[in-house]
Amino acid sequence: MLTINNLHASIDGKQILNGLSLEVKPGEVHAIMGPNGAGKSTLGYVLSGRDGYEVNEGSVTLGDQDLLGLEVEERAKEGLFLAFQYPVEIPGVSNMEFMKESVNAVRDHRGEEPLSSAEFLKLAKEACKQVQLPLDFLKRGVNEGFSGGEKKRNEVMQMILLKPSVCILDESDSGLDVDALQVVANGVNSQRDGERSFIVVTHYQRLLDFIKPDFVHILANGEIVKSGNASLALEVEKSGYAFLGKELEEEVEA
Amino acid sequence: MSEQIEQALERKYEAGFYSEIESETFENGLDESIIRRISEMKGEPEWMLEWRLKAYETWLKMDEPEWAHVHYPKIDYQAISYYSAPKSMKDKPKSLEEVDPELLRTYEKLGIPLHEQEMLAGVAVDAVFDSVSVVTTFREKLAEAGVIFCPISEAVHEYPELVKKYIGSVVPRGDNFFAALNSAVFTDGSFVYIPKGVRCPMELSTYFRINEMNTGQFERTLIVADEGSYVSYLEGCTAPQRDENQLHAAVVELVALDDAQIKYSTVQNWYPGDENGKGGIYNFVTKRGVCHTSSKISWTQVETGSAVTWKYPSCILKGDNSVGEFYSVALTRGRQQADTGTKMVHLGKNTRSTIISKGISAGNSNNAYRGLVKMGPKADGARNFTECDSLLIGDQCGAHTFPYIESRNPSAIVEHEATTSKVSDEQLFLCQQRGLDPEKAVSMIVNGFCKEVFKELPMEFAVEAGKLLEISLEGSVG
Repeated sequence: MLTINNLHASIDGKQILNGLSLEVKPGEVHAIMGPNGAGKSTLGYVLSGRDGYEVNEGSVTLGDQDLLGLEVEERAKEGLFLAFQYPVEIPGVSNMEFMKESVNAVRDHRGEEPLSSAEFLKLAKEACKQVQLPLDFLKRGVNEGFSGGEKKRNEVMQMILLKPSVCILDESDSGLDVDALQVVANGVNSQRDGERSFIVVTHYQRLLDFIKPDFVHILANGEIVKSGNASLALEVEKSGYAFLGKELEEEVEA
Repeated sequence: MSEQIEQALERKYEAGFYSEIESETFENGLDESIIRRISEMKGEPEWMLEWRLKAYETWLKMDEPEWAHVHYPKIDYQAISYYSAPKSMKDKPKSLEEVDPELLRTYEKLGIPLHEQEMLAGVAVDAVFDSVSVVTTFREKLAEAGVIFCPISEAVHEYPELVKKYIGSVVPRGDNFFAALNSAVFTDGSFVYIPKGVRCPMELSTYFRINEMNTGQFERTLIVADEGSYVSYLEGCTAPQRDENQLHAAVVELVALDDAQIKYSTVQNWYPGDENGKGGIYNFVTKRGVCHTSSKISWTQVETGSAVTWKYPSCILKGDNSVGEFYSVALTRGRQQADTGTKMVHLGKNTRSTIISKGISAGNSNNAYRGLVKMGPKADGARNFTECDSLLIGDQCGAHTFPYIESRNPSAIVEHEATTSKVSDEQLFLCQQRGLDPEKAVSMIVNGFCKEVFKELPMEFAVEAGKLLEISLEGSVG
């Protein structure tokens, strides 16, 4: 589904990703953990094509598409979804209006008829309930005056409506209490259908109690230095990233 | 992403065509004889001519104002023609059938069919072409309700008492340089009178079109809402795309007598000039309303056109408990300059005013809000609320706010809020990540920013205004 091969990327001339490779197959959940500054958020931005992030080397394919050759919106329409760590506000533009435009842009790309307002409203109401946001959030401006937790739930709602093939969750757990975390995780889990893949970027193991990953990768200095199953996350939880220092040192020595 | 936005600000001006119409146009220049000829063309009574000549005398002694935050080469007032009218209008066509079809086609092309059966139901139109009114629709239907809606040149003949009483009563002849010029040479415009207690059964609108080259348009609109009446009025404006600048200096006077309400909306889309600032309309307009006891005047404007805008629709809140409102969206792009805002002059007790101004600047443009809130010594308990928001698109444009507050009454309350924001890279990125192309994203963000003002427009025009912004921003991100 998503194949990242030897990805090097920089911002403002500063190298952040140094030969990252990752293969995500349909239906898989990959967790990416790592210390601050490892390049976790950068990975999401580079994959989604954010301006300012320069790819210096490597390739990324989504299905049989060369992802890096596409514009931001084209990547989104091809099924790549990024749930933001800090979703930005768009005052005066209602969530409803925003999501309807967005869903219809994606539908148009897939050659499907646009949804009417009534059809869309029905779907939106369901999605809203699923993430336990009151229905008046559909009328409110995009993220306008939302609390941190509400913003994260709103991101998941958008994911539910857009039905992407690959979802990148950028620290969707940060700033959430346990209840909100459960809601976000339930929303994500409801979208696991054996086809849709997830890349879950997080600092903490606790999210992975709710969203069970198939693989856990440790990102450090812009590359994946260690991969394993869910138990790797537990190990990190217990002893931190100290082992990285040792392993990196060993690498250098070798 | 700012670069993309910059590229994007090349735009199309859809109303930029010229109509081949044989016109009678005065030679360039302005002196007393020109004014006499204008008056003669209109067959005006002596008092009107005298009024014009007095205005001209005043104007000669005045200086062009320079305090606005705009820059343009000095206007040569002798290089302008002060009258131009389609020849076919000379015989004063009695019905639409007698009107030159080319004129009707012009309005059709602009999306304003003048055949009543094709029009938006519930909207009466006065179509002003250069210096004359071509046709005013639905007049009979309005007459049934006692409403007068006709070209002002006609009102001078038909309703001299009303015109005499109110013309210049809100904007005096010598009010300012451009108002004095207009008073001397005004050619046409609309006159509206709503009798006591009548709620005008339709939306009234005037559509101004400049067509001829080197002519100025000097229209004058006078709306009188008698006690307890209500009217909603809308004006629209377009002009052909030309390399030369053209002057539009209008005067609008509103009179809201006791308990009356006037809602005045403008969708201004004069040719703004090209991306290098060549051509475009100078829009120097004086608009003012006077509110008597418990009356209300509400100005709503969507300003997307003109090379230079100088315009401050204002309310004199003379009567106790009267209300003034000003809702404005001003979009500038390319090399456009706008200095616009309002004056709310509170004279009566418990008068209230609300100002919501949304300025959007893109490209290399400059957008200034200038507003005066004045609380007179007798304005006990008066209140004003002002919200003034600026949105910047790209990093080459400017937004400026010049609020003036004068309060001479300790019980009056004045509130002012101002914000400046940018269409941020983050907002664009979020929209694009959700599958929206950048143009759609910018237009959505801008529309969201303007929402508070758009909801004040009559419904038919709110959609129009949204679309206009979309066209204006077309190609604004690439």
